[in-house]
Amino acid sequence: MNDAPHTTPAMARYTLGIDLGTTHCALSWVDTAASDGDKVVQGVLQIPQLTGPGATEDRALLPSFLYLPHASELAPGDLTLPWTAAQDFAVGEFARTRGAATPIRLVSSAKSWLCHPGVDRRAAILPAEAPPEVARISPLEASIRYLAHLRAAWNQAHPEAPFDAQEVTVTIPASFDPAARELTLEAAKAAGYQQLTLLEEPQAALYSWIQRSAGQWRKEVRRGDTILVVDVGGGTTDLSLIAVLERDGNLELHRVAVGEHILLGGDNMDLALAYGVARKLAGQGTQLDAWQTRALAHACRNAKETLLGDATVQTVPVVVPSRGSKLIGGSVRTEVTREELTQSLLEGFFPQAEVTDAPHNRARGGLTQLGLPYAQDAAITRHLAAFLRRQRGATAEMDGFDQPSGGDASFLHPTAVLFNGGVLKSDLIAERVLSLLNGWLAADGAPPARRLEGADLDLAVARGAAYYGYVRRGRGVRIRGGTAQAYYVAVESAMPAIPGMEPPIQALCVAPFGMEEGTDAALPAQEFGLVVGEPVQFRFFGSSVRRQDQVGTLLDFWGPDELHELEGIEASLPAQGRTAGEIVRVKLHARVTEAGTLELEALPVGGTERWKVEFDARGEGAATRP
Amino acid sequence: MTRPIPSLTRRIALAFGSFFSILSRPDFAADVDQLRTAPLPSVPVIPAPEPVAVTPPAPAPQAAPAAALQLLGLLQREARFIDFIEEDIAAYGDADIGAAARVVHEGCRKVLREHFSLAPVRTEAEGSRITLPAGFDAAAIRLTGNVVGQPPFAGTLSHRGWRVTDTRLPRLADGHDAAIVAQAQVEL
Repeated sequence: MNDAPHTTPAMARYTLGIDLGTTHCALSWVDTAASDGDKVVQGVLQIPQLTGPGATEDRALLPSFLYLPHASELAPGDLTLPWTAAQDFAVGEFARTRGAATPIRLVSSAKSWLCHPGVDRRAAILPAEAPPEVARISPLEASIRYLAHLRAAWNQAHPEAPFDAQEVTVTIPASFDPAARELTLEAAKAAGYQQLTLLEEPQAALYSWIQRSAGQWRKEVRRGDTILVVDVGGGTTDLSLIAVLERDGNLELHRVAVGEHILLGGDNMDLALAYGVARKLAGQGTQLDAWQTRALAHACRNAKETLLGDATVQTVPVVVPSRGSKLIGGSVRTEVTREELTQSLLEGFFPQAEVTDAPHNRARGGLTQLGLPYAQDAAITRHLAAFLRRQRGATAEMDGFDQPSGGDASFLHPTAVLFNGGVLKSDLIAERVLSLLNGWLAADGAPPARRLEGADLDLAVARGAAYYGYVRRGRGVRIRGGTAQAYYVAVESAMPAIPGMEPPIQALCVAPFGMEEGTDAALPAQEFGLVVGEPVQFRFFGSSVRRQDQVGTLLDFWGPDELHELEGIEASLPAQGRTAGEIVRVKLHARVTEAGTLELEALPVGGTERWKVEFDARGEGAATRP
Repeated sequence: MTRPIPSLTRRIALAFGSFFSILSRPDFAADVDQLRTAPLPSVPVIPAPEPVAVTPPAPAPQAAPAAALQLLGLLQREARFIDFIEEDIAAYGDADIGAAARVVHEGCRKVLREHFSLAPVRTEAEGSRITLPAGFDAAAIRLTGNVVGQPPFAGTLSHRGWRVTDTRLPRLADGHDAAIVAQAQVEL
C-alpha cells in the first residue's frame, strides 16, 4: 500500500548520516544542492563537546559516553555547552575521561544494552554498577541523549538549515533484531528526529566505498561478485554478504545475508592486551590499583596501534604514570612486545581456524550475571567460518547472478572483501582475516577473494549513511535487500499433549525474507483468538537462512541453525467497545516501515481496526528461556 | 634593523618546539647554548625562551592570559608537563627520567597535534642554498652569521622554521577559572 517512490521534502538540502556507535558517534552530511551524479559534496560535522570542565572543543567523533556527576562535583557552568547551560550531565570526551576515574557514574556501551534481550531497555538500569543514590537512566534514554546532542550540534553549526528539515539516516548493526531497530527509531523520535531512515552499518560502509570510488566501483566489481563486509567496531562485529547482479545491463547490489549479533569489538581487544600486561607486572611484583590499571589500558591502546601500524617494531615501552604530582618517582615502566600482541590479539581474536570450525559454546554457569552478553567465543574467525557455512546457499537462486552456485561448495565463496571499523585499520589483522579466508577458498578449489581498498574506516559508516540519503533520491546505485530474516510466530500444535512435556509448537511465517522498506506482507490465513483487555504473548522467531518461506508457511520442525528465538511479542486489545473477556479472532499482519522497522499488527477478522503488536523489550522474553 | 616580536602564541609554540629539540638534538642544543652564552651579535636576538615563558602575565599586547593558562592546563592534563618540570630530576637515574619523558613527549605531541596546525616556514631541504630577495619577511626568517650588505641575501637554510597555521584551543565557559591548570584530586 505504500509503494510510491520515495519523495523528498522540498526543504531538505542536506542528507545527514549518523553513526550511532557503541563507542563513538559521528555525523556526516551530503549537500544535495551542490552534488551532481558521482560528484558528491560531502563533509563531516565537527561536534562541539565538553573536553574538560567548562571547556568545549570540536571533534569529528563524539565518544558514546555519558557522565552523571555528583551535585557538588563540578563548579557552576562546567557543563555549559554552546547551546545550553541547563544540562546536568556530560556527553562525549569529557564524559569518557571523567568517567574513567569514576566508573560508577559513567554510562558506556549503551548501544549494547539497547539490544540486550535480557533486560528492560526502557528501565533506568545504567550505569549498571551505580550505587542507589545515583539517578540511573535507561539504555533508551542514553541513546536519546547522544542523538539529541548531535541534533543540537548540527543546528548550532547550520542555523540556515535546521536539522528537522533535513533527511536523516541513522545506522544500526545489520544483526539488530526487530526490537532493537524499533528502540533505535523510538530513541531518534524522542530526540526530535522527524525524517528518519535506518540503515545497516555494513551497507553504509559499502556505500561509503562506492562514493569514494567516484564512479570507479563499476570497474572494480563485476556481475557474479559476492562482497563480504567485515565490520569490527568498538563493541560489535557485524558480517554481511552483498551480491553483485546485472539486470537490464545495469549492475545491482543485493544484500543477501547478515551474520548473527556478535558482541565483541576493539574495546575487548584493548582490555585483553592490558590484562595480559597487568598480569606480567604482577608476576614481577608490581600490583596496579584500579586507577593505574585504567591508565595501563590507555597506554596499551597506544602501544597496540604502534605495533599494528609498523611490522618492524618489536617492543613498545609503556609507562603508567604515577597518580601524584611526582611523575618520575612513581611511574611504572614496562613494555608490550610483538609476541604479547600476537598472542592476545591475533591468536585470541583472529586465530587460525578451519572453515569447518564452530564458535565454542562454553556452558554458562548456574548464575548468569546481569551484565552484557559478550560473545562466548572471542574468535572472530570462527564466527566468520560459521557464518559463511550457514549462508552456503545465499546466492543460489538469484536472477542475473553468474557465479557457479557450486552445489559441492562447503561454504559460501566471497570474491571480494571490504573491511570496516577501527580494528581493521591494522593491515596485520586485515591480512590475517584475508589470508585465512583465501586459505579456505583454495581448499575448496575457488579463486582467492580480493580486498576492496580505499575506505576511511573511522568515518565510513557516517559518510555512507549520508550518501545513502542522496542515493535514495535516485542519484546513485542503491543496495537492495530488505529484511535479512524471515519471521515466525509460534503456534501451539494440535498434537495430543503428552504429560510432562511442553506442547510442541509450530512456526507460522508472518513476514518472508527480503521484505523491502515500505511494503506489506500478505495476510496469513491463520487466525488467533485474543482476549479483550488481557495481553497475550507469542513466542517469536527469526530465520536468516529460510529464504523460500512465504506468509502462511507452517513449519512443524526445523534444524537447530535454521530458526532462532527472538524476544516475544505481545498483543493487547483495548477494551473500548467490547466486553472484557470477550474473545476476538485476529490475523497477524506484518509490514516494513519506510524507516526500516518491522511492524506487526493484529487485524480483527471482518473488522477494519488495526492494533499494534509490541516487541517485548522488557527482558522477559527469549533470554530467560533456556 | 628592528625585529618584530613574535606573538605570544608563536613564542609558546617556539618554546615547546625548542624544548624538545634541545632534548633530542645535541647539535641544536649546542647552538642554543652558544646563543645564550655568546655576546649578542649585531642582530638583536630574542633569547630562546624557556618553557616557563608561558607563565602570565605576558607583556605582549594581545596576550590573553586565559589562552596561555589553557595551554598549560592541556599540557599538564595530557603530558603531566608541570609535574615533570617542577620535579627535581637530580635524584633520579636516566632510566627513570626517560620513562617519565615518554609520558611527557607523547602527551605534548598530542596537544601540539590536536590544537595547532604547523607548517615549515621554508619548504626547502635544510642545508640547501636559498636566496632572500629584498623585502623578505624578517618576522619569519632570521638571518645569522655574516649579516652585512644589502639584499638579496644568499645563504644556507639551517632550520626550516615552523609556522602555526591554525590554533584550536578549547572554548571556555564564562567564569571558568583557567588558573586551575590541574585540579587537586581526592579519592573517596
